[in-house]
Amino acid sequence: MKQITTLDRMKAPVMARNWASELMGFLQTQWKAVVVFVPFFWLLVFFLAPFFIILKISLAESLIASPPFSPLFEWAEDGVMSIRIIFDNYSYLWEDELYLNTYLSSLKISTISTVICLLLGYPMAYAIVRSPPTTKNILLMMVILPFWTSFLLRVYAWMGLLADQGLVNDFLIWAGFIETPVRLMYSHFAVYVGIVYTYVPFMILPLYANMEKLDMELHEAAADLGSKPTTTFFTITLPLTWPGIVAGSLLVFIPATGEFVIPDLLGGGNVLMIGRVLFNEFHANHDWPVASAVAIALLILLVVPMMLYQRVQAKETESD
Amino acid sequence: MQKKRSTFLFSILCFGMAFLYIPMLLLIVYSFNYSKIVPVWGGFSTRWYGKLFESEEVWNALTLSIKIAVVNATFATILGSLAGLALVRFGRFKGRTLFGGMISAPLVMPEVITGLSLLMLFITLKEFLGWPDKRGFTTITIAHITFSMAYVAVIIQSRLTGMGISLEEAAQDLGARPLRVLGDITLPLLAPGMMAGWLLAFTLSLDDLVISSFVTGPGANTLPMLIYSRVRLGLRPDINALATIIIVTVAVGVLISGWIMLRQQKQKQRDMQMASAD
Repeated sequence: MKQITTLDRMKAPVMARNWASELMGFLQTQWKAVVVFVPFFWLLVFFLAPFFIILKISLAESLIASPPFSPLFEWAEDGVMSIRIIFDNYSYLWEDELYLNTYLSSLKISTISTVICLLLGYPMAYAIVRSPPTTKNILLMMVILPFWTSFLLRVYAWMGLLADQGLVNDFLIWAGFIETPVRLMYSHFAVYVGIVYTYVPFMILPLYANMEKLDMELHEAAADLGSKPTTTFFTITLPLTWPGIVAGSLLVFIPATGEFVIPDLLGGGNVLMIGRVLFNEFHANHDWPVASAVAIALLILLVVPMMLYQRVQAKETESD
Repeated sequence: MQKKRSTFLFSILCFGMAFLYIPMLLLIVYSFNYSKIVPVWGGFSTRWYGKLFESEEVWNALTLSIKIAVVNATFATILGSLAGLALVRFGRFKGRTLFGGMISAPLVMPEVITGLSLLMLFITLKEFLGWPDKRGFTTITIAHITFSMAYVAVIIQSRLTGMGISLEEAAQDLGARPLRVLGDITLPLLAPGMMAGWLLAFTLSLDDLVISSFVTGPGANTLPMLIYSRVRLGLRPDINALATIIIVTVAVGVLISGWIMLRQQKQKQRDMQMASAD
């Protein structure tokens, strides 16, 4: 017995070396597979699989139990697995006017916000691209900086500004527009301000990236040939910056549709948005199947814009 | 005509910047307000800063958030860099479309969906594998890595396309093995991108409220969760103080790294000029 252990001990480093060299050999030949596999596996487990799970739960029945829904798969007596699919949660969403109205209201709010972001962001991006190099860098940093600071705190900042005794009301009274404070908080107006404020950098950055690649000589050529600035804009600038417009708009539209923090803090109960309904359905009502159905329905609503974004993004990388 | 359009652009730029910055500046100013009612000015004071640091709750939430952010940033940088490398340098491989889709989808996925679906995954896993037995640090970190790695992958992808493949090909032509090329050429060139990715993943994690709220368990409160639970009941002067600290820290960090980058850029330009003058 003793001999074997000493022998093993002597062999151990050799074995370890063998193992290490085998590993190195494996890495030399298969490293590409490892590089792909690790993040791929992570995303399969923690990004893709969860969607199938909520899809499954959305097709289950609500139960007062833990977990609070019926199992989708059941072993019947003869050993055959039966699958129970219940569309009750979806028909509930369809029949209950609250949900339908909430989806429509979310879409309306995010569409209008996207348009406002574009109207504000487009000229800003254009102005940044056309400024001299040093100023350009500073301005670009100023657009990126809010992106790094807390989203929640930026929304909170508007709670102070829009309050009844807040500075916006003070300003309006001082300027003589109104005599007594008006209610600005907990309104659609407050939600629009919040969304535009927090998402406008997402509009500016893709537009900037797109415009920087533009050839300014085209404008000069058009001007030399006698084109009016408005004509130049509509026939040259706008079509060339179209990919930037699409990318920026989708980056605002998609997350804004499912937004939770802004409607919750600035809109209160007066503004219907789907993200907030989902959050409450889950945290207050503990109705997991309905919350899952709400999530799947939202996903279906956003699948087309998301795939569009993917395509724009892929094209953009290829053209680089 | 040209002149007129410039003034239009200039004024909208000023308006936009004012719109972006005035609310944050006012948030900072009002953190030094003596009055308990936030929007009403009651004289200069730093008493809310003192109040803030007395609270053990704030300290606990801050430590938890920073721990999660550091672990998240490290893993997200590794996974995101691998993903970026695979997507830019490996050409076509099986499942590339699915991979590319999964890596960029978290960038636009509404947080409520990601949060809910990850929670359901954790609950299902617990039912079948008995893991994770307790939700909190681990589950929040896993959730954060999943969306942060997408942002890192984007940064790495643009860096890889930006730097071109010529140096790597040169090393390969001189007989370096693929792993040697990766270690000696690609990774050092990627380092600034990975650094930027780490910092972005760190701040994204520190900032996340919605996804954390879904996947957390009893007792595990991150800083945004604490802030949210306080402000949803109304304005709080101590939150203004906390906000000021966070905003100033982030602004200083971004300004310093921006300044370093600008200097490097200028140095590079000077080097290029010198080289071409020779």
